[in-house]
Amino acid sequence: MIDLITKNLPALQVVIPLMAAPICAIFNRGRLAWTIAFIVAIVSFAISAALLSQTLDGGVISYHLGGWAPPIGIEYRVDVLNAFVLLIVSGIAVVTLPYAVKSVAQEIPQEKQGFFYTALLLCLTGLLGVTITGDAFNVFVFLEISSLSTYALVATGAERNRRALTAAYNYLIMGTVGATFFVIGLGLLYMATGTLNMVDLAHQITLRGDSRMLHMGFAFVLVGIGLKLAMFPLHLWLPNAYTFAPSAVSVFISATSTKVAVYVLLRFMFGIFGFDYAYQQSTLQYVLLPLALLAMFAASLVAVFQTDLKRMLAYSSIAQVGYMLLGTAFMTQTGVMATVIHLFNHAVTKATLFMVAGAFVYSVGSSKISDLKGLGRAMPWTSAAFVVGGLSLIGIPLTVGFVSKWYLVQAALELGWWPIAAAIVLSSLIAVAYVWRIVETLYLHSPSPDSKAKEAPLAMIIPMWVLAAATVYFGTHAALTSAAASRAASTLISASNIIWQ
Amino acid sequence: MNEVLLPPLIYGLGAISIPFLPAGKLRQALMLAVPVLAFALIGNLPYGDYAVFNAAGLHIGLLRIDALSWIFALIFSIAAFISLLYAWHVDDRVQQVTTLLYAGSAIGAVFAADLVSLFVFWEGTAIASVFLIWARRTEGSYRTGMRYLVIQVFSGVLLLAGTVLMYRDTGSVAFNAMTLGSTATWCIFIAFGVKCAFPLLHNWLQDSYPAATITGTVTLSAFTTKLAVYALARGFPGTELLIYIGAVMTLFPVFFAAIENNLRRVLAYSLNNQLGFMVVGIGIGTPLALNGTVAHAFCHILYKALLFMSMGAVMYRTGTSKASELGGLYKSMPFTMVFCIIGAMSISAFPLFSGFVSKSLILSASADNGYFFIWLALITASVGVLEHSGIKIPYFTFFAHDNGWRVKEAPVHMLLAMGIAAAFCVGIGVFPGLLYQYLPYKMEAYVPYTTTHVVTQLQLLIFAGLAFALLIRYRLYPAEIRAVNLDTDWIYRRMLPIIVGFFAAMIGTIWKAAGQLTQYYVTSLIRGIYATHGPHGPLARTWPSGSMVLWVAVILGMTVLLTYV
Repeated sequence: MIDLITKNLPALQVVIPLMAAPICAIFNRGRLAWTIAFIVAIVSFAISAALLSQTLDGGVISYHLGGWAPPIGIEYRVDVLNAFVLLIVSGIAVVTLPYAVKSVAQEIPQEKQGFFYTALLLCLTGLLGVTITGDAFNVFVFLEISSLSTYALVATGAERNRRALTAAYNYLIMGTVGATFFVIGLGLLYMATGTLNMVDLAHQITLRGDSRMLHMGFAFVLVGIGLKLAMFPLHLWLPNAYTFAPSAVSVFISATSTKVAVYVLLRFMFGIFGFDYAYQQSTLQYVLLPLALLAMFAASLVAVFQTDLKRMLAYSSIAQVGYMLLGTAFMTQTGVMATVIHLFNHAVTKATLFMVAGAFVYSVGSSKISDLKGLGRAMPWTSAAFVVGGLSLIGIPLTVGFVSKWYLVQAALELGWWPIAAAIVLSSLIAVAYVWRIVETLYLHSPSPDSKAKEAPLAMIIPMWVLAAATVYFGTHAALTSAAASRAASTLISASNIIWQ
Repeated sequence: MNEVLLPPLIYGLGAISIPFLPAGKLRQALMLAVPVLAFALIGNLPYGDYAVFNAAGLHIGLLRIDALSWIFALIFSIAAFISLLYAWHVDDRVQQVTTLLYAGSAIGAVFAADLVSLFVFWEGTAIASVFLIWARRTEGSYRTGMRYLVIQVFSGVLLLAGTVLMYRDTGSVAFNAMTLGSTATWCIFIAFGVKCAFPLLHNWLQDSYPAATITGTVTLSAFTTKLAVYALARGFPGTELLIYIGAVMTLFPVFFAAIENNLRRVLAYSLNNQLGFMVVGIGIGTPLALNGTVAHAFCHILYKALLFMSMGAVMYRTGTSKASELGGLYKSMPFTMVFCIIGAMSISAFPLFSGFVSKSLILSASADNGYFFIWLALITASVGVLEHSGIKIPYFTFFAHDNGWRVKEAPVHMLLAMGIAAAFCVGIGVFPGLLYQYLPYKMEAYVPYTTTHVVTQLQLLIFAGLAFALLIRYRLYPAEIRAVNLDTDWIYRRMLPIIVGFFAAMIGTIWKAAGQLTQYYVTSLIRGIYATHGPHGPLARTWPSGSMVLWVAVILGMTVLLTYV
């Protein structure tokens, strides 16, 4: 029995949440649905932890779905890179769900809660599926599963603010445009190579050599994924979606969905096309790099002037995606490593901060910055968590944010790109500005006299502080994450070297 | 190396426990115990590196005890003790916690053996100290504190940048003597310079120190700048550039101090001027000069604290520190008057007071090494010190025209704190050997009380005093301060101030104009950013889906275009 489970771990990673989702829908009772979702999240986390421990030494698990051998059959392929991302996704799910109990109870009507958790599980399924699969078309399928359920989740914010509906609708249109471009890109790749299995794709590309069709496929995939990961200026769906979604959803998708999209980008860029692919190099350098830099500054500056905390965090997310793209655009081992480590670090940091925002929504009923005056006294734990997360966002030593920036600056200096290293530091200074605004509002303003704000319930505080503690723990014990990220980067590089030799 | 309890940790524990203790004697006593305990634990350890470990490939050393760090830790501990004693009456948790954290960070920074932990403590001093300014809880102090914080954090960021570059260049973050040259060292140098209030980087000092609370100023005056002096002495001994920077530093604050009415700001200017002496000493870099710097920092912390404490006591009783509003206080506050005069005589380097024995080292070093003009500049500056700190401060506060203040003598704990500092000032002045034996660098036995030294100094002091007396007598002070005309050799000392004064005025005007111009541009820049990035700017607006599709097309077009180039 145990042997059977261990053999089928990759399939179970996706199948368990997928199966649990309809069960939640059938029962459709808030409490029960939550319990199921929570158990599933824990099991998923355990599975991804097991997968990571199996692949950490550089091993690759190739799982043939239904026994059909690739390239015809669908292959699940786990190496250290996607095991790491799986761990992030399922880990965030485990922390988000306890947090969700109270906030969902307040924000979502009783009769819809069962469906809410169904959608959340489907979203989890999709994200895990995208990450684990070794088949390019399968990526598209799971991407749509996660996206569709996310649209629904964002729309559930309508109880609090009707604008969630337009936000979800716009997200639906824009997300679908992105998915369409992605699938067109896949089609072109298929025309050029005749296969959809990622490993085989890479193999066929080397055999057949470069072609214009391939260029087109590459460009479409880049733009499609770029939209999903909110690459500036394809980020227009993100601020509203994050702002108007229910708090728990903001926490979950801000920490996972863009990260998974970045993973897909890495996998396609380097797993399929390889580091030495000349067209890729020029694209990354002339398109991605400037856009990443633009995102770091423009989005951060927009964040400075926002009047709503959740919206400010959303813009800061766009800026942080800029850092991840920057690391990718360096096309070096350190650069990719910086991207991978920032996936984790930003997930932890942003989840903390969105949990804080959600706690304010819970206690004050609003995330408007002007409504947060003087809450440092009424809500000490929540406010302190914001400080921790904010410091990490800036990149202060002893937090995970510093680790990311450190490797990113290292990567820039390795290439001798001084101005870019300076730009990284400079854009962090803008982060100081927007984080400080909130800290000042929380601690240095006097609270409004009729404010009856109370500290958020323990069920919200504990997950929040678990993550806040993680930002500090992994900030001081960076060896754990940096080892995994470094191996993940090496795996990508060595895989692509083999292809191109 | 064996594990030891780190001094910053003890300060940190003290700071953490304060909010949980009831206000009163117990809490104050515990606070006083912290500096004593922290120093007692490490004071007797043999020299060496403790608490060394590897973090992410960086070699971190938290406790490097050698002669240089030892003596700075000693004086910082004394200063922490005195300022805590002086603040016995303060019942403000924020100030108490931050004072301990501030002192702890400063001592931690002194012991840091690598640039990374130096950076952490460096920023620690910045962040902790700003609360001493904010603690006044006025709108003005909030803004001042903010300006102060921005500059201090900027210094830290520069230090971090320098550290990163240093690590890249050499693969090591050890904090040892460096030579200027690479970008890394320049970054670190300027970071130190900002905290040390180099000319043109100095404004934060005069801006913020007088704005802090009465007790806060005493604390502030002890640590931040002297930490920078320590860092320079450790990192850049013998850097010639420092000699000239230091010389300018000794001179330019003199003029500002002479015309300033707020006596606490006068002290801030004179602090800046005293730092100049130390910087010159570091720049000369011989063992004698470096010892001079260390000794001067040691004495300076004590007499400057003493002066700030006496001004603070006056302000505590009268509510003002403006020269024009004070006067005639010698009847009401005789003890404070005596302590203030001791501080004033020390800073003016009267023989038998501590300033004399420490400044002599630097003056001798500059003369021995052939820096004639530097020596001259230092002498000129010494005259200025006497004018504004030595005479002006006590004269306008305790004598001059009686403004009718009839107040009580300062509280006992303030007198006690001042008394300890005054005892150090006199003790070191009379028995210089007490201090000299702890100086970090090996030098030949130095005798400060030679006939030449004493006579030169007395001449200087007497003539400067005479000048002051004449000016007051004929009601020419301070407008005509530069018109001192005594003897042929005084011409240098007269000419130089006029020339420098002229340039100071000119540079001041240009500086002001440049400042206004910069402010204009910064304002319009921010307005422009707000227009585009603000909540209603094009970058933050909610756009319809169509515009997004347009962007998709643009980026796809850009990417595809690359196929054809």
